[in-house]
Amino acid sequence: MNPTNYLYLSAILFSIGAVGVVVRRNAIVVFMCIELMLNAANLAFVTFAKINGNLEGQVIAFFTMVVAACEVVVGLAIIVTIFRSRRSASVDDASLLSR
Amino acid sequence: MTGESILFWVLAPLAVAASVAMLFMKKAVHSAILLAWVMITLAIFYIALEAPFLGIVQIVVYTGAVMMLFLFILMLVGVDSSDSLVEKIKGLRPVAIFTALGFSSALIAFIARAGSADQAIGLAAANQNGNVQGLARYLFSDYVWAFEVISALLITAALGAMVLAHSEKSEVARTSQRARSIARFRGKSIATAAGLPGSGVYARNNAVDLPALLPDGKPSDLSIAEVLHRRGDVQETKSYALEGLPQIDEEGKK
Repeated sequence: MNPTNYLYLSAILFSIGAVGVVVRRNAIVVFMCIELMLNAANLAFVTFAKINGNLEGQVIAFFTMVVAACEVVVGLAIIVTIFRSRRSASVDDASLLSR
Repeated sequence: MTGESILFWVLAPLAVAASVAMLFMKKAVHSAILLAWVMITLAIFYIALEAPFLGIVQIVVYTGAVMMLFLFILMLVGVDSSDSLVEKIKGLRPVAIFTALGFSSALIAFIARAGSADQAIGLAAANQNGNVQGLARYLFSDYVWAFEVISALLITAALGAMVLAHSEKSEVARTSQRARSIARFRGKSIATAAGLPGSGVYARNNAVDLPALLPDGKPSDLSIAEVLHRRGDVQETKSYALEGLPQIDEEGKK
């Protein structure tokens, strides 16, 4: 099968994730959408590795996974800290600078 | 039609459908389950794309660790925390969807213009000594510096999460048992010397954050642990007062 199809799928998943980041209010769901975008980018890297017959794409995808894991750990800790002080996980409620 | 194309055309629409449904789920838990499904399909795609190591890592790290972390945080924040569907910025949703449609069609057009990869080289040559061995050769030669930096990043992230999640002990928890015992018997009143009333003595619910009801139907603030008061985790006590019971004070006045 033509590996370009995987690239199309990756583009679609990335756009869906981007819509989610903008549209959703719950900080945790926003985070999940960021994960979806990272995963879509990973799919593109792995596909490029196959198209070019070179394992470097897979190495980059591996690094992306590690960075995503770090990002989830720190991001969720921030969400919990905000929830502890503000009693809300909504991104609209953390708007102290706008008042 | 090869096996790989059947796999793709069955799983890819399912992945897209699950990720679209993720946007429309009101409860965060449902979104998490759908995202886990998308990640599993991506793991299957990785294995189909001759990246077995990344496929396994995807399942172990993403569906195993990351999604479990998400569900754990959802448990802390409250499973039924649902989104408010009120738009704060007017017209944000249509603009976001329009922009994303434009962006994805631009991406798809670029990919189509770049030419189809019918003559994909494939990883048969690169994987001939094994996929894991091939990746390891890159990781520990060309990318060894990035690998070291990544390990520093992991340690920093772990430390950061510990600092963010740390909270100071309250003064009550820091005083010794002896000091608390003296305060109980030699304090202003010995009314509670025999112990505080238990929480949740109530027919509807016996959770620790619900106040006990006194014989006259009034909720007792004393029955809830002070820690919960400090954290603000207490249910509104007044809403649990029983209606229609004769109040002892009023009876006495008659």
